[in-house]
Order: sequence, then structure tokens, then C-alpha cells
Amino acid sequence: MTRVSEQTAPITPPARSRRGALRIDEVSKIYDPDGAAVSAVDRCSLRVEAGEICMIVGPSGCGKTTLLQAIAGFHPISSGTITLDDEVLCSTDKPLAKPGSDRVVVFQNGALFPWKTNLENVAFGPLVQGTLTKRAALEKARGMMAGAGLTEVEHNYPSEVSSGTRRRVEIVRALMNDPKVLLMDEPYRALDALTRRVMHGALLELYYRQPVTMFFITHDLEEAVYLGHKIIVMTTRPCRPKQTIPVTLEHPRTPEVVTSARFLALLRETRAAVDEEALKAFQDGEKEG
Amino acid sequence: MSELLAPAGTSSRASDTHAPAAQPSRGALLRSRLARGLRTARPDLALLGLGLFFGFWYYAVEVWQLPRFRELPGPTSVFREWCSENPSYGLSIYTAEYYRHIGVSLVRVAKAFALATGLGVPVGLAFGWWRGFREYLFPLFELLRPIPILAWVPLAIVMFATSESSVLFLTFLASFFATALNSMLGVEAIDRVYVRAAQCLGASRWQVFRHVIVPGALPFIFTGLQISVGVAWFSLVAAEMVSGQFGLGYVINTSYTTVQYPTIIIGMFTLGAVGYASSAFVRWVGQVLMRWRARELALDGGA
Repeated sequence: MTRVSEQTAPITPPARSRRGALRIDEVSKIYDPDGAAVSAVDRCSLRVEAGEICMIVGPSGCGKTTLLQAIAGFHPISSGTITLDDEVLCSTDKPLAKPGSDRVVVFQNGALFPWKTNLENVAFGPLVQGTLTKRAALEKARGMMAGAGLTEVEHNYPSEVSSGTRRRVEIVRALMNDPKVLLMDEPYRALDALTRRVMHGALLELYYRQPVTMFFITHDLEEAVYLGHKIIVMTTRPCRPKQTIPVTLEHPRTPEVVTSARFLALLRETRAAVDEEALKAFQDGEKEG
Repeated sequence: MSELLAPAGTSSRASDTHAPAAQPSRGALLRSRLARGLRTARPDLALLGLGLFFGFWYYAVEVWQLPRFRELPGPTSVFREWCSENPSYGLSIYTAEYYRHIGVSLVRVAKAFALATGLGVPVGLAFGWWRGFREYLFPLFELLRPIPILAWVPLAIVMFATSESSVLFLTFLASFFATALNSMLGVEAIDRVYVRAAQCLGASRWQVFRHVIVPGALPFIFTGLQISVGVAWFSLVAAEMVSGQFGLGYVINTSYTTVQYPTIIIGMFTLGAVGYASSAFVRWVGQVLMRWRARELALDGGA
């Protein structure tokens, strides 16, 4: 609730959160659909610092989403350990993490419940967890939506608002739970370039108010440089980190930064790394998209 | 219907509700709504269709007296009987008897439909959501489902002490299968991403069921209920023809054995009208419960 009251304060660079440090240690995932074992993730280790926006880029089908789903608890890992702060989410002994509101996923095609209004969607988390009464949950949801400029669509159903608005509501719904980490599964993929830029601004604004760790998968390299504290480029299947690029740009980021020499240099560096993997994926006969 | 649909069917999906586009003039709005209304509903065509049907009936029976049609009652004799204060076969809109038959049939359908819904929806949802339950009972369900209602008649008469309860049982049966099957399909049609989203937000298995599975299956459930109310009337008439002392099925059957042909037609049209009304009622309830879907469907259609 305190965050909501800060909504009128000027945007300041975020004080880094001290929670939400994500550690992935030697994680492997082998799919065995019909006898032919496919290694999707192979001894992958990476760290996301508390409060960091970590962008994950790499060729299509390389296993990024597999990793995200293992963190979320949708699929088991084959071996390795995933730790969030001091809690072991899953390991070789207990391969499937339990889904929980400390790690909320924002889905590729959106997953607002169509049968609930935007406000009911936002209030959903605390209500089912029983952490707030109905009245308190709705009040907090209203406050959060107001902070994101979404008051007007509170009582609309998701189908009644634009896809960009739906994405913003979904992120507010996730932030309502005060998660340790947001798992972003290419949330802006289906949007047009212009809407996507508006979304980036809106996301950063929310982030500066509530600096939550983000594990952010994307194919859009400009998005990666613009939003991230660091970019991890993944190798083609099996998936493991190829290169980590620290994004040495000041926060808060403004749209002007995209034309700066440093931004372009970072973009070039990222592209070179991704292109190399994409080419490999292509040569391996993998579909590249 | 709504502001969102107003500008001549352009898709409003892409425009942000935060920044509404320039308002079209009131006249243009009205014109586009009228045009839209006429495009979707064509009362003139509906009247033409009905007119052709009744015209053919009239000419075939009363004017041309075609070979096989000569024995049938014509529309004028049926409607004269139906609206007569002193009907020759004892049944018209002025007789209390007529409403008693309608009332008895309505109550039977309502009871059987309520029972079929109360049992069919939970069973169907359980089939869709609870794998153990499904593996245990679905094969039995699929074995019993294709058995036609008329094949159940002898057993129903033997099983139940009163003819009333056997009529209810027969009416219930087909409705139950339709409702349960559609409810199950409704659960299967739900995008799993909603289940995952609810789990992420901390919902327990029971909460997922309540907040995702039930509302998500509702469109299919109501499709099932519309089919179910239709088959309830269908099997009611079959059951009333076999046993029972009142009701529209009974009217049709006894009028046949006592050669009161106009009354058969009265019974049939009355069945059509009540059946149509009950199905419209179910549809209306569905629309009220699924307002979230009305816009979605309208937008899909308007794009």
C-alpha cells in the first residue's frame, strides 16, 4: 500500500531490491518424448541479482521457455538446482517446483481471466491466497490500477480493452502479489512496434516504483538493451549461457537513449552474439524464427 | 449495441479505451446501428419462410387436396378449433384442460431438467477435471449414452412404482447425458494457460476449479443446457405417449387413437411454442451469466 501512495513522486532511479536473487546451477532438462532423448537445457548456470532486470535472448526453440517453466513450477527439471533467495525451488531430488505467487509469470499471449473484470483479475492473487480480505484486496487493486493509469478500465472485461492495456493489467495483477521475481515470457511479442514502445515506458515506470527482479525472455534485441540491466545470450539447443552483456546505460531510461552511441554499440554487440547462435541453429536444421 | 461497435462494424479491438477515437456524428451512429440491426436480423425473411410453410399446407390440404394430404386437417380447421370458445374436440385456448396439459408437461420438464442439470454439470466437470473419476466411470457413461430413450421405456415402467416417476426418469435421462458430455468438453476446451496463471497467483486446486474451470466451461455448459432442454421435451413426449395421464404427449397420443386430428396439430404447435420459449429462456440465462462473453462475441462478429 505504501508504494501506491508514492505514485505522485517524481521518477527516481530505483533503489535495488534486496530480495529476488535467482540462482540457476547446472540445470539440465532432457525431453524424452518417444524414446529419442532431446537435450533442451544442458548444465545451464546463471545468476539474476536481486532487483535486476535480466534479459534472456537466444534462437527460437533453444530452451529459454523451458527454463522459465522450470522456475515457475510448470515442468520438472532433469538435474541441477534452482534457488530463489535462500529457498531451493527445485533440485535433482525434487525436480518439480511448486508454483507460487513469489514467482508470477506474465504469459506470451496474455492470461487475464476473460470472465473476470480487470479489477477482479488484479485482486485475484491476494484473494485466493487469503492474505487480504475482499474489501482490502479490491481497494489495493484499485490503488495499483490507479498508479498505472488504468482506473478507466477497472470495470471492463479484458476482451473490451486493447491488447496493450491487457498486458499492463496483467503486469499489475502480477505486482499485486509483491512477487520476488517476475517471469516474463515474451509478454510483448504479439504487439505492434509502437504499442510495444509504450509498454516499455509503462513497465519501467512500474519497475521504478516497485523494483522487482525480472527474468525476461525476448526476441526483440532493442527491447533487451532498452529494458535490461544485463543481457544473457543463450546458445542454440541445448541451451546454456553463451555471453553476458552488462547494459551500461543509466536508469531511469528515457526514449532518447535509443539513439545514443552507447545504446547502438550495445545493440550491435548483442546482435553479433545472437546472430552467431541463430546461424548455428539454422545450420543444425533447426527452425529459426 | 454498444459504443464499441458503433462505427459501422470497424474493429474496436485495436483502439485503446483510454483514447477514444473522434466521436462520429449522432446521425451516422444511428444509421450504422440501423444498418447493422437489419443485416443481422431479417424479420421479413422469417415471415416469408413461415408464410411459405403455411401457404403450402393450406393449398396442399384445403385447395388442391393432394393425394396424401387429403386426410390431414388443414390450417383453417386447426386454427378454428384452436381459437374456438366451444371446440368440437374439447381442447382450445378457452378450455382449462388445455392449460392443464401444458402445465403438467412444463412441470415435468422443469423437474427433469433441474435434476439433469444438478447432476449432469457436476458429473461432466468431474469427468473433465478429475482423471481418476473419468477413468472409472466414463466408459460406463459412454456405454449408456447411445441407448435411445424409447429403449428405456420398458425398464422405466418396471423400475418405478408410479407412471409419474417413470416419465420423469425418461425425461431426465437424455438431458443428463447431453449436459454431462458438454460440461466435460467445456473443461477440455479451457486454455491451460489460465490454470497456470491461477496457480502462479497462489490458487489451490479447489480454487482453480472454482475460479477457472467452472467459469471457463460455462459457454459449453450452456450449449449443453440448450440441447438438454430440447431433448427433455423430446423424451417427455415419448414418455407421455407411453404412460401418463396428462401432458402434451398424452394429448397427441390420445387424439390419434380417438381420431381427433386437429387436436394433434394443436398439441404439436403448442409443444413447438413451449419448447422454443424454454430454449430461449436458457439462452437468456446464459447471456446474463456470461456477460464477459457478449462483448467478445460481438467484437469477433463485428471485425
